[in-house]
Amino acid sequence: MTTPSLPSSSSEGLRNSLLRLSGIITAFLLTAIVLVIIGASPLDAANLIAQGAFSSPEKIAFVLTAWVPVMLCAAGLLLTFSAGMWNIGIEGQIVLGAIFATGVMRILQNSAPPAVVLVLAALAGLLGGALWGVLAGVLKLYGNVNEIFGGLGMNFIASSLTVYLVLGPWKRPGIGSTSGTAPFPPKLWLPAFNGFQVSPVEPALAVIAILAVFLALRGTYFGLRLKAIGKNLRSAYLAGVPTDRYLLLAFALCGGLAGLAGWVLVCGASARHNLFPLISSGYGFLAILVVLLANLSAVWSVPISFFFAAIAMGSLQLSLQRQLDSSLGGVIQDLLVLSILVTQGLQARLAKKKG
Amino acid sequence: MKVELQKICKSFGSLKANDNVSLCVEAGTIHGLLGENGAGKSTLMKVLTGFITADSGQILLDNVAVQVTSPVEAIQRGVGMLYQDPLDFPALTVLDNFVLGCPGGVRLDRAAARRALQTLAAQFDFTLDPDAAVSALSIGERQQLEIVRLLWLGARALVLDEPTTAISAQQKAKLFGALRKLAEQGKTVIFVSHKLEEVEELCHEVTVLARGRVTGQAHGPYSAEQLVRMMFGQVVTLRKRTPVPLGEPVLQLDDLTISDWRLEVKGLNLTIRAGEVIGLAGLEGSGQRLLLQAASGLRHPTSGKVSICGKDLTGQPYINFLNAGVSFMPAGRLEEGLIAGMTITEHVALAQRSREFVVNWQQAERSAAQRIKDYNIKGRPSSYVEELSGGNQQRTLLGLLSSQLNLLLMEHPTRGLDLESSESIWGLLLERTRHGTAIMFASADLDELLDRSDRILVFFSGRVAAAVEAPSTSAEQLGELIGGRGV
Repeated sequence: MTTPSLPSSSSEGLRNSLLRLSGIITAFLLTAIVLVIIGASPLDAANLIAQGAFSSPEKIAFVLTAWVPVMLCAAGLLLTFSAGMWNIGIEGQIVLGAIFATGVMRILQNSAPPAVVLVLAALAGLLGGALWGVLAGVLKLYGNVNEIFGGLGMNFIASSLTVYLVLGPWKRPGIGSTSGTAPFPPKLWLPAFNGFQVSPVEPALAVIAILAVFLALRGTYFGLRLKAIGKNLRSAYLAGVPTDRYLLLAFALCGGLAGLAGWVLVCGASARHNLFPLISSGYGFLAILVVLLANLSAVWSVPISFFFAAIAMGSLQLSLQRQLDSSLGGVIQDLLVLSILVTQGLQARLAKKKG
Repeated sequence: MKVELQKICKSFGSLKANDNVSLCVEAGTIHGLLGENGAGKSTLMKVLTGFITADSGQILLDNVAVQVTSPVEAIQRGVGMLYQDPLDFPALTVLDNFVLGCPGGVRLDRAAARRALQTLAAQFDFTLDPDAAVSALSIGERQQLEIVRLLWLGARALVLDEPTTAISAQQKAKLFGALRKLAEQGKTVIFVSHKLEEVEELCHEVTVLARGRVTGQAHGPYSAEQLVRMMFGQVVTLRKRTPVPLGEPVLQLDDLTISDWRLEVKGLNLTIRAGEVIGLAGLEGSGQRLLLQAASGLRHPTSGKVSICGKDLTGQPYINFLNAGVSFMPAGRLEEGLIAGMTITEHVALAQRSREFVVNWQQAERSAAQRIKDYNIKGRPSSYVEELSGGNQQRTLLGLLSSQLNLLLMEHPTRGLDLESSESIWGLLLERTRHGTAIMFASADLDELLDRSDRILVFFSGRVAAAVEAPSTSAEQLGELIGGRGV
C-alpha cells in the first residue's frame, strides 16, 4: 500500500486535474445508468439533489453541517497522510472527541455559563481525539502494530465505549436506550441565525483548520519534515529529523481535529445534541476518500469535500419527494471515489509506460 | 545459438542509454561486454532478454529476426539471463526453485526434476543439495542453481550480469569452468562486467561500451591498455594525494564490542585524528558496517566506549552524534540518504535543521543554487533528486553536509559511479579533510582504498585482521588480507 504522491510539476498538475475531471464524468454516467435501471430519471434526480443542496441559502447552510466535520477530518488527515500514515482510526477519534465533549458538558452544564461550557467542551473534544490518535501512533511506533489495524481496532473500542456510556453511566433518567444520552438544553447549542441549521462558528472552524494545515504544509519546517518522513522515514531520520516525535505530533493533531468534529456533532446547531452510537456517521472515512481523491492537496480537498457534502445532503430529497432511497447519495459518492481512483491508477500506469 | 543485436537504440528521457549499438556473438564463444557503470551494458542485455523494449533496432537469433517482449518469451527462444542479484525464492528449497519457472501441466514430476538437477549440477561440478533451503545458500551457489535452472528450461544462450561481484575466489573459478564448458557444448555466453582482468581471463571476444555506444571490439589476447582506452577514452592516472597535517583526535573507540544478529566485532580500539582518512576493507558483511554504525551513533555498542572530540557519547541518541559534527552517508543513496519526491531546495531546507518555524524558501533556493555551483551538481534547485544521475546524487549528498563536520562516515562513497565522478567526489572529500574533517569509509574497491586512505583496517569475519599504512601497501597484499590470507 502506498500513499499518493504530490503532483510533481505544474503541467503534471494540469493533467491530473483533467484526469480527475474525466473521472467525475465517468462517475455521473455510471450513476445515471443505475438510476435508469431502477426506473428513475437521471436528470430529475440530479435536479432534485442540486435543488436540495443549493436552492436557497438555508439549503447551503444545511450542506455545511455535513461539510464541517468532513473538512475538519480531512485537514487532519492531510497531516497524517503527508507523514505516510494511514490514520484509519479517525472515526474513533471523532467518537472520543464527542465523548470527552459530552462528559465536560454533563459535568458543567448547570454550574458554568453556556459559552464557557461550550469552549471547555471543545477543548475536551480536541484532547479526546488527540489522545486516541496518539495512542494509535504509540501502538505503531513502540508496539509495532500497523496503524491501519490499530486504528480499526480502536474504532471498535470507541463505538463500544459509546454504547456502554449510553446504556450505562450516562443513560437517560428512567430507561436507557441506544438512541443516546439525554439531549442538552438549547442554551448549549451553538447559536445560529433564524432558519439556518448551521452556526457560523462551525464553518469558521473548518476554514481555519484547512487554512492552517495548508500553510503548515506549504511553508513551515513542520510540514517539510512531515513530508520528508512520509516519503522516506529512514533518510529523514538520518538527516536529523526526530521522526518519532513528528509522527506522534501528526497523529495528535489529526486526532485533535477529528475530536473537534466530534464536538461539532454533539453541540452543532442542527446536531442531535447528545451522545449516541455511530455519532461519527462515517464522516471520518469520507474524509479519507476526500484526501485520497485530492491527492493530498489541501486546496483540492475543499471543493471535493463540499461536493460530497452536497451530494449527501441533497440526496435526502430523493426519498422525500420521489420515494427513492436516499442511500443513492452514498452510491453516487462511492462511484465517484472508485472511478477517480481508477483514473489515478491509469494515469500512474501511463506515466510509468512513458518513463 | 548465434546472437545478434543490430543498431539498438534506447533512450530514457534525454539520456541515450543505447545509441546505435550492434553486437554479434557466434555460437560456442564467450563474449565479454565491458564498460564502466552506466555505460549501457545492462540496458542492452535487458533489451535482449525482453525486460525492456528498444526504441529501434532488431534482435536476430540464429540469423532470424525475432521480437522479444518478455523474459518468458526470451527463455522460450533459448535466451536466459542471470541477474546480478539472484531472482529466486529464498524461502523455498533448491528443488522447488528449480522447478518454479517450468512451463507445463498440473502435475509436477519432482522425481524427474530432481534427477535433472543432479545430472546438470554434476556436469558442471556444482554441489547443490536439492532439499536445502535457498536462504541457506551463498550467492555463488544461488548462481549455480540459476544456471542449471536456465539450462533445464532450454537456454542456449546465457547472459551473466556482473556475476562475480559477490562470490568467493573459489566459486569464481568454478563459475568460469562451467562457462567454458558451456561454450564447448556450443552454447553462447555473454559475460557482462566492468572488471578488465576477468574479461581478459575468460572471454574469446570483447565488445566495449562507453556512454551508450560501442567504443571498440577486440579478440584475445588483449592488451589491457587498449581496453582501458576503449573504456575511458584515455588512461587515467590517479592523483596522488598530498598529506594533510593531522589534528586532535576526533573519534576514539576503547575496547568496543558491537554486534547484530549475525556478527560480533570484539575489542576494537581506534583513534582517528582530524584530517585523517581511514579505509575499511573486507568482504561485504565482515564488520565494517557495524563499526560505521557504532561510530555514527546509529547502533549502541554492547560494551566499550565511543568518544567524539574527547567527549564520551557512548549509548547516547543518534541526534547527539549529529550535533557533535558526525555525519553518516550510507550506501543506498535514494534509500537512506536522499528523499525521492523532494527537490534539491527542499533537501537543503531540511538539512539546515533550523529551529525556526517558517521556511524561508527564497533563502533555501539561493543556498541550493550555491551548492549546485560549489559541488558541480548537474541539476536545478527545483530538480527532484531521483531525476539526478548517481554521481550528481552523491555530490548532492555531500553538498547537504554541514560545513562544520568533525567526522564523516561513508559506505561505498563512489560505488556505481564512473571514474570522473569518483575523482570529483574525492576532490570534494579531500578538500574537507584539509579543513579538519576526519573520514572513515568502507569500500570494496582496492584502488580507492589504497589511493585515498592514510590507514586501512582490514576486516575478516568480524575482526580487524590487519591495520596497514596505505602508501606502503600493494593491491596484491591488500587483496590477500581481505581474503583472509597473510595474517
